[in-house]
Amino acid sequence: MSQVDVPLVRAGFGETRRADNWWVQPLFVFLGLSTFIVYSTWAALQGQHFRFGPYLSPFYSPELFGSAEAWFGASPKWLPAWVTAAMLILWAPGGFRVTCYYYRGAYYKAFWADPPSCTVGEPRKKYLGERSFPLIIQNIHRYFLYLALIFLVLLAHDVWDALWFDGHFGIGVGTLVLLTNLLLLSSYTFGCHSFRHLVGGFRDRLAGRPVRKLAYDCVSCFNRRHMLFAWCSLFSVGFADLYVRLCSMGIWHDWRIF
Amino acid sequence: MATATFRIWRGERGQGSFQDYSTEVSAGMVILDAVHQIQAEHAGDLAVRWNCKAGKCGSCSAEINGMPKLMCMTRLNSLPLDKPVTVEPMKAFPHMKDLVTDVSWNYEVKKRIPKFQPRKPDAQDGTWRIAPEDVDRVQEFRKCIECYLCQDVCHVLRDHHMHDEFIGPRFLVYTAALEMHPLDVGDRREELRRQFGVGLCNITKCCTKVCPESITITDNAIIPLKERVVDRFFDPLSKLFRVFSNSKQ
Repeated sequence: MSQVDVPLVRAGFGETRRADNWWVQPLFVFLGLSTFIVYSTWAALQGQHFRFGPYLSPFYSPELFGSAEAWFGASPKWLPAWVTAAMLILWAPGGFRVTCYYYRGAYYKAFWADPPSCTVGEPRKKYLGERSFPLIIQNIHRYFLYLALIFLVLLAHDVWDALWFDGHFGIGVGTLVLLTNLLLLSSYTFGCHSFRHLVGGFRDRLAGRPVRKLAYDCVSCFNRRHMLFAWCSLFSVGFADLYVRLCSMGIWHDWRIF
Repeated sequence: MATATFRIWRGERGQGSFQDYSTEVSAGMVILDAVHQIQAEHAGDLAVRWNCKAGKCGSCSAEINGMPKLMCMTRLNSLPLDKPVTVEPMKAFPHMKDLVTDVSWNYEVKKRIPKFQPRKPDAQDGTWRIAPEDVDRVQEFRKCIECYLCQDVCHVLRDHHMHDEFIGPRFLVYTAALEMHPLDVGDRREELRRQFGVGLCNITKCCTKVCPESITITDNAIIPLKERVVDRFFDPLSKLFRVFSNSKQ
């Protein structure tokens, strides 16, 4: 490989000649992600107040073990009592977000300061990138995508269930909350860089394959707004859980639209 | 006419210091105009590389208030002029004099990238047929003017000086233009992973942010290349699927 004789002038941590408020964006990313991690961990540990009427919190969907409505009924004896239904499933959508190309760039900056922002000095001298352990594991992202796509189907089923109140069709605010969450999560998932690659990006030629070309163009369209949908869906999934939880606790009242 | 102060790096081969120059500025001026004015009025020996003054030659790359930019495309009314405007050379390349750096490392890197390898001609007369929608994707990469601002802002080169292991965003774009070309049948994934260091990119998107041609470097070039490397080295399922589906590029 070609080498260059660059005098090793290394900026100190946080050192920059940028005159703008470069620290604002990483700070907001840090606060936003930290808030979500704290809330989702707390919610996953609760193991209660995740159902209200026909609504099921997305943090607990699908409910594999636990209540009478769970897929496999009551929790088996071999499962420790502190393991909630959310803890059994959240690793999948969590893994999808952790390995997401957008979030990677965002949390490398906000949590690892690697770099804190463009042209701002870093705290560490050593750098491995994503080519060796542990970050080489990020290449597993497309497998989490497959799981995320399955979760979309399950959440769509939850929205369908949320349309039926004691056997009668109806729409409540909770239905709209779950539907909005599904739409935002779908927009985020369908804009995934790995999905873009799998539907057509791996090919050099798409001419003569109209369905693949259309799929690639649609995914590219979502992909251009991937950051926006990443944040909106992160907020919506947290809010959907909060809505169901507060309704279940009797703090909020679910309005029936009809 | 208002007066603004420019804090310009003066010196040779990495040694030097900032010097303040005040000059009159007017509406429509860009940084390069101000630098030329300072050359004319105060510092006839100030070294600055420039050529087209239209954002197309990529010669006048520098760091303005800490961000890599083209001097000829940075309007003064986009900067706060109540404080001195710092103008300094790019940091990822060896310094020569004042605002000029030696970017020849980039030319050596380019030579190492396997060249365009077209498939057999489609027609008897030795010509090819390409659908417009197939060239759209690589057309974006051809906008590159090789200003090397993306190389300069990339922390792998700028802060970690991994020039011997990483080719940088510019040449990942160049490789993507070849790798995704509808006529090209070459496979550069082995080089991308082992020699070009695509895994060193940690997707901070700084290269995309500074590109004066608005090339979506990270999303449209680097990440698709990372995905192709995943296809080849890290995803046995998709490899198997493509073997059985006889899927060709």
